[in-house]
Order: sequence, then C-alpha cells, then structure tokens
Amino acid sequence: MLPALRTVLGKGLPPAATGVPCLDWDILQSMLSFSVPLGKLVRTLSRLRGGGSAFPGLVVEKIDPRFMQRTLASLPHGVAVVSGTNGKTTTTKMVVELLESQGLKVFTNRSGSNFTRGVAASLLGEVDWRGRLDADIAILELDEAHAVHFVNKVAPRFSLLLNVLRDQLDRFGEIDKTARLLEHIASKTTDTVVLNREDPRVARIANTINGLDAVHHPSVRYFGLDESLRSTFPNDDEMRTGSGPSPSGTSVAAAPGEAVELPDADVVLRRVGAQDADFEFDGETVTTTMKLRGVYNIFNAAAALSLTRAVLGTGPVDTPGLVKALGDVAPAFGRGESLTVDGQPLELVLVKNPSGFRLGLKSFPAGGYATMIAINDNYADGRDMSWLWDVEFESLREDGVEVLTGVRAYDMALRLQYDDVPFGVVEPDITAALRTFIDGSRGKPKRIFCTYTSMLAIRRELAKITIVEVVS
Amino acid sequence: MTSEPQSPTTQSTASQPSKGTIRVLQLYPREMNIYGDWGNALVLKQRIKWHGYTPELLEYNVGDDFPDDVDIVVGGGGQDSGQLVIQDDLQARAEQLRELAENGAPMLVICGLYQLFGKFFKTSTGPTIPGIGILDVETHGTDERLIGNVIMKSDEFGDIMGYENHSGQTTLGPGVEPLGTVTKGAGNNSKDGHEGARYNNVVASYLHGSLLPKNPAIADFLIRTAAERKFGTFVPGAPDDDYARLAREHAARRPR
Ligand SMILES: [Zn+2]
Repeated sequence: MLPALRTVLGKGLPPAATGVPCLDWDILQSMLSFSVPLGKLVRTLSRLRGGGSAFPGLVVEKIDPRFMQRTLASLPHGVAVVSGTNGKTTTTKMVVELLESQGLKVFTNRSGSNFTRGVAASLLGEVDWRGRLDADIAILELDEAHAVHFVNKVAPRFSLLLNVLRDQLDRFGEIDKTARLLEHIASKTTDTVVLNREDPRVARIANTINGLDAVHHPSVRYFGLDESLRSTFPNDDEMRTGSGPSPSGTSVAAAPGEAVELPDADVVLRRVGAQDADFEFDGETVTTTMKLRGVYNIFNAAAALSLTRAVLGTGPVDTPGLVKALGDVAPAFGRGESLTVDGQPLELVLVKNPSGFRLGLKSFPAGGYATMIAINDNYADGRDMSWLWDVEFESLREDGVEVLTGVRAYDMALRLQYDDVPFGVVEPDITAALRTFIDGSRGKPKRIFCTYTSMLAIRRELAKITIVEVVS
Repeated sequence: MTSEPQSPTTQSTASQPSKGTIRVLQLYPREMNIYGDWGNALVLKQRIKWHGYTPELLEYNVGDDFPDDVDIVVGGGGQDSGQLVIQDDLQARAEQLRELAENGAPMLVICGLYQLFGKFFKTSTGPTIPGIGILDVETHGTDERLIGNVIMKSDEFGDIMGYENHSGQTTLGPGVEPLGTVTKGAGNNSKDGHEGARYNNVVASYLHGSLLPKNPAIADFLIRTAAERKFGTFVPGAPDDDYARLAREHAARRPR
C-alpha cells in the first residue's frame, strides 16, 4: 500500500521514480477515489453507533460526488428502475429473483429516506475496497419523489412504470404531477421502457417517448391484463362508480364499455386461480403455481416478467427456470404476506393510502376470513385521516369486521358506520386487540389490513406466537 | 379503553314513512373532491336517512344542467388543474348559487370551493382566479403550506376538528364571520387565528377530515336548515353518535 500511496502523493513523478516497478492501475484508481475506503469506514462506524444508513452516503456524496454514477455505470447490464405509486417493493423483489434465476448477479436497494444517498450508502456496503461492484445489473426501487433527481444523475437503461394511483396528495402532490414524473423517468431511459397497458396515465407515456428525437428513443413494451380480469382493477378515474360520483379529476379513461384499441403486450396475465396463474408470453400460455396472493400482486408479477425479459434481451433464456422463480416469489414485507397462527393462515395487508386500501380490498376478498383493521396516524403513516373517506368498504358489509384497532380505531369505526359495515370490538391498544382477534376467530383464516406503524407493532406481537421474519 | 358500544345501530327507519325528501347537490365532484371530501356528501346522505327523511344525492359537473330545486349544496377542494377546469363554468353558475345563498339555502364549501366562493384567489405565480363573491373573503397564494390537525372553538357548533392542507391564505372582510377560533393549527391564514367563514347559512372551511363525520353538529345544522326551509319544521331522529364522540376524543389528543 505504501508505495502506491507515495505514487499518489508524489503526483507528477514517473512511476519508476517511486520504486514501484509495475503500477496496478486499479489500486491507483481506488487510491485516487479514496472516498470508497473512507466511506466504508464511515459506514462501519455509523453501524457501530447504530446510526442512520444514509449518513455514509452523505459523506461519499460530499467527497466524491460522482461515486454513485461511476459505480453504477460500470455494471455490464446497467441500471433498471421500478417506479409507480403502488407495488414497487414487491415488484422490485420479483425482478431481482427472476434475474437471479437466470444466473445474473443483482445489486438492489432497500428504499430509504434519502434515495440517492441511500443508494450510495448501500453501494458502499457492496463495493470492494477498490470501488468495484460485483454485480451485473442494479435493480432500483425508485420513489416518485426522488425520481427526477436520480435519473438526471444516472440514466437508467431500463425502466418499469407500474401505475399512477391517487395517493395521499400531501406527500406527492398531484396525480398528474406524478404522471409527469414517470414520464420524465421514461424520457431518460436509454434502452427499454416497460409500461402498464391498463393504466391510461402510464400507457400514454408511450406517446411522449415516441415524440422524442431518434437519438434518445428507448423502445416500449407493455404488460397487460386479460379482458376478463380488467374489472377487478379499480382505475382511479372509475373509483366509486355505481354508488356515487367519481372523485379524482381529469377523466383520461375511456368510458366504461367503450371499445379501446390496446397495443399488444409483451406479457399478459390471463387468469388468476386460488393457487396458480396463467401468463402469456412469446405466444404461449404458461401456468404456474403462485406463492403470491392477491390479483394485484400477481399482475405485478407480469410486470416483473416483462422487465426481466427486456433485460435478458435476445440472449438465452431459461424459461422453465424463470417460471419456477415466478412461482417461488414470496410477497415482500406486508404485501399480502401469510403467516400461520393456530394452524390457520393469517395475512397481513399493508394499507398506506386510498388506492392501496382499495386494491387490498379488491385483491383479497372478505369471504371466509375473519378481518381486523389497524389504523395508526403516526408520522410514518401520515397524520391526515381524510384518506379513509376515499375508500369504500362495502365489500366488507356481508362478513363484517371482527376487530378495529390502532390510534385511530374510532375514526375507522366511524367510517364503517357510515358505510353500514358491521363491526365487533373497537380496541385502540394493538396488543390487546390482536389477542381478542385471535381468540375470537379460532379455526378461521384471518386477515389484517394495517397501516405501516401498526403493522410493525402487530409483527412484534405475532413474533411471540409464530415465526415472523424480522424486519429492521 | 375497551370497546364501548357494540356495532353501530343506525336506526332503521325503513318501516316508518319518510318525513320528506331532501336533495343534496354536490358541486363539481369530478374536479373538486380530494382528501375525503366525498365523506361530507356521504354523511349528509346517511344522516338525512337516520333523521327519517329521504336523501337524494345529485351531482353537478362542468356543462351539466343546473337542477332547480336543491336543498343543500356541498363542495370540496381540488387540485390546481381542477380549479382551472371549473373556473368558467362556476362563473356561469354564479347567479344561481348567489341567489340560493341569499335565500338562505344551507351550503358547505371546503378549501378550493371556499376560496372560489370568495372574491378572488390571487395565485402566487401571478394569475388571479375570480371567485363568485358569495363570501366577503379574498385569498392570496403563498409558498407556505399550512398543514396538520386543526381544532377550533365555535359558539355555534362547539369544538370543530379536522385537517388542513392549503397554501392559499384567506382574509375575511366585514361581510362574514369566522367559523371558529383556532386552538390548534393555523386556519384561514398564518396570523389571524381564526378558521373558515360563516354567511347566512353558508359554512365555509379549510378543513378536510372529512369535516362532517367528526363534526355531526355541522351536518345536522345543514339538514335542519334544509328541512325547515322546505317543510317548515325539522323533526330530528336519533342518529347514534357514540363513535363520532369517541373519534373526536381521540383526535383531540393527536399532535398537530
Ligand atoms: Zn384543501
């Protein structure tokens, strides 16, 4: 190390003068960008301190602002980003597992507070001391809020754009603004953009891409749904049809029943069964058993499959391996994850916003299940409770809801009262409520819809009675 | 902290004859309906029923025919794009809405439509959106977003609670009264310490939440006023407000 260090310090001197006969270019590189060892050191220290994960990223960003771009640019298959308002985490996880089934080494991020800094921080954890990342491709879950900043720094080779559903507007601004953010990601993509054919705001991004000049013209492919499944997907513009007005602004969707000419999709989800699903690609329909639950998650599997196919390109594809990997994908934390309690399945469905709650209710029908709803309004959940009034709970009317809990249990009770949905116990204390719920629904499969911090509390409690993956 | 009342009993009045029909008009639900504003219409619909009357929910969107016999008008907030879309149509309906307000029709306008029921909204980026001047208020766009839980005191309705999220700041003229005095949160603007506006039977507020579920006193004011104007009297039913009371108690303890 020392001679090389002297080389760096004695910049300008010919290598021979330092007494190093053969200079290792890589060592020199890593010494020049000494931010990597420094950053790794800071990372280790801040781990020991128990500090935040983005801090080391911040240090590297300050010392070596181009660290992230340089490292990601060195990857043979480049960067693929997954964005959209709902389902990013599960879909990103699926893409990683699908690509790994094909023998690729994948770098991926856990989304964090500051995206760019978070990616820099996790890169630091993965690179060797020379700043090299042992991976073929990076699959990054990209929050709409950080999208522009990131893609302006790093042009993704591939992007997968899932949906634009109405979110808690105080967080991400307006729905049309979100669509424009996704459009910006698409316009920065260099190779292939994968679009949701069924979401008009996303599908329309193809027009923008085709309007770009030929130099930056990524190709477009779609993932889609069989016509028979379309009705199970609420479109934001169609929400609440039948029982009242549709709330959210500009109508982009075609009127119900109106025939629309849809483009061909690379992957189509044809059928969803209790334990399996049919996907169509390359002109063939493949049936596979699925560990994932919920139509919505399985539609995202079609999205993941399409992005994976784009990345693999014209290279060899191990289709049986791909299909097996698809069947083996387990849901990400809180996305319809199934645990076992009392020999019965207990499903946890994370609900963060009205569109997510609506999808959860659609995707996980109430019949035969005991249901609990846990609503907190801590900072990480969002303080504003208005969103509960943007969800319709009629689908729970027939079976009712056993237990309501969380800080805002009474807001939820009030909401259900106005939708004429019967409910049992209202108990804001989550520990007590969970005990009541489990005792009161023995022998029945159970489902809990919960906000983020209430899910953390529920998992802590469940860990005492069953096996729960620990999430930090 | 255990469950107090079991399952809501929403007084079935199916067997009794209706005391009459009350027509609720939602203004621009397609464009002006965010942060749970639909909840206000739903609460009116359900409480009208629980009071023994028959609710009829009507919608008015850009370009529709304006219904002539309306008993309650309710309108919500919107995205900037929504405000621009409705702007011309609202001006075309200004006369009818003004006449309704002058004649004492009960109305509830939240956030975006509160602003447009005023004299004007001067946006921070320049253009001024004209209002329809039912309320003697003016609004100026700012870069500061007033956001969070709100509690205010009102002589008329008791404590009112909800959630605000707006960057337009509204100043009241002498022609209106504030809806309440803020004890938590900002309200109309960042300095005056009051929230919303009252004029005739118009209630205007920035509060989403939705406003009416946790503030049934305001919902019942709108319904009573409508019934009295239409039938001469209001004979109330007995809606079960235990959960509203408990939700209020818990909401009052939450941070801003
Ligand atoms: Zn608002």
